[in-house]
Amino acid sequence: MTATITDAADAVTAVKDGATVLVGGFGMAGMPVELIDALIEHGAGDLTIVSNNAGNGDTGLAALLAAGRVRKVICSFPRQSDSWIFDGLYRAGKIELEVVPQGNLAERMRAAGAGIGAFFSPTGVGTPLAEGKETRTIDGRDYVLEYPIRGDVALIRAHVADRIGNLVYRKTARNFGPVMATAATVTIAQVSRVVDVGELDPENVVTPGIYVDRIVEVPS
Amino acid sequence: MTLAVTQERTVENTGRGPLSRDEMARVVARDIPDGSYVNLGIGQPTKVADYLELGSGVTLHTENGMLGMGPIATGDDIDPDLMNAGKQPVTELPGASYFHHADSFAMMRGGHLDVCIMGAFQVSAGGDLANWHTGAADAIPAVGGAMDLAIGAKDVFVMMSLFAKDGAPKLVPACTYPLTGVACVSRVYTELATFLVGPAGTTVVETFGVTVAELASRLDVPVHRLED
Repeated sequence: MTATITDAADAVTAVKDGATVLVGGFGMAGMPVELIDALIEHGAGDLTIVSNNAGNGDTGLAALLAAGRVRKVICSFPRQSDSWIFDGLYRAGKIELEVVPQGNLAERMRAAGAGIGAFFSPTGVGTPLAEGKETRTIDGRDYVLEYPIRGDVALIRAHVADRIGNLVYRKTARNFGPVMATAATVTIAQVSRVVDVGELDPENVVTPGIYVDRIVEVPS
Repeated sequence: MTLAVTQERTVENTGRGPLSRDEMARVVARDIPDGSYVNLGIGQPTKVADYLELGSGVTLHTENGMLGMGPIATGDDIDPDLMNAGKQPVTELPGASYFHHADSFAMMRGGHLDVCIMGAFQVSAGGDLANWHTGAADAIPAVGGAMDLAIGAKDVFVMMSLFAKDGAPKLVPACTYPLTGVACVSRVYTELATFLVGPAGTTVVETFGVTVAELASRLDVPVHRLED
């Protein structure tokens, strides 16, 4: 279905209790902070969050964790100088953690969005993160079998959208956005600006509108 | 390992002390071939950028989706949408490009990056790398892109101190910390010596403030000379 333009509070009603939510951003670059604030207000809980980090400071993802809405985090790098909210919950045994190498995290979501059943990755072979996983030697190199990560909802931030959901990103804030947009049942994009159809150069579109369901304009 | 060492004999620089951190960065930078695509890890490896010659054609990759990364941004140049993998504000150079995370790691895993430089807790004589987790019971594990970089780049260089704070060597027969990658490191740069590691064992390329014999007496791995 063609994307609809709405506000943050309406958009995040797509997130139900127990949902798996893909949250874009690398640190704060590309993090859809206003969508996360709306999700906290919305109140859905028992969430599994898939994101590169586990929150920075007290805002965005960290605030969602602090509100007690998250059961499990799947990420590559939870431990940072300003991840005190996650650290406290983890040490108190109040949150589950699955650490995934950053490239495998991206590729597992890419696989979900691309209809791939599983894939063999060379990353993690011989390490604790491959324990218990199927391995195979292909042309003399060892690989680990990795399964897709699919989201019920993706919350991402892009720079500009047109009214049918084509997205353009800005600099390194692109990061996980285009991959997460493909890997969720409902993709919600927070953008700085919405323009009319025809105003984006089709050659520059990074995420085609087919992947985007809801657009929320938050001028920055 | 794909990069060969051009010198034929091990060099012992005994008329001086160990390398400073800046000198280590300069030694690493000198070994990066012109025109390489390079990923610099968080921390000490970041310093190598300061010693890459202008005009060397070296292009820096950052795993959060950029080639052609420039120096750290300051003042009005700081842009919250333009960060390096350590989440520091950086700049873009002419010819830069942006791409998403799956592409960024595909170019790594696919063998397109020439050199990656990382820190380490331990490296084994065979080139195993341990740099993501101490394994301590109360430590929060965090791997980031280290495992992908370790197996992806054509050459993985490690920059580290040769001994831990308790005096234990960090170049070891076998890593005791949890592994990041198996047989992936090709060179180890330390304040006392530069080593080649891999299937052929450990070879000293150059020493700083010590002799090869002194190094051999302080390490638990057999060390060879280039001319051996």
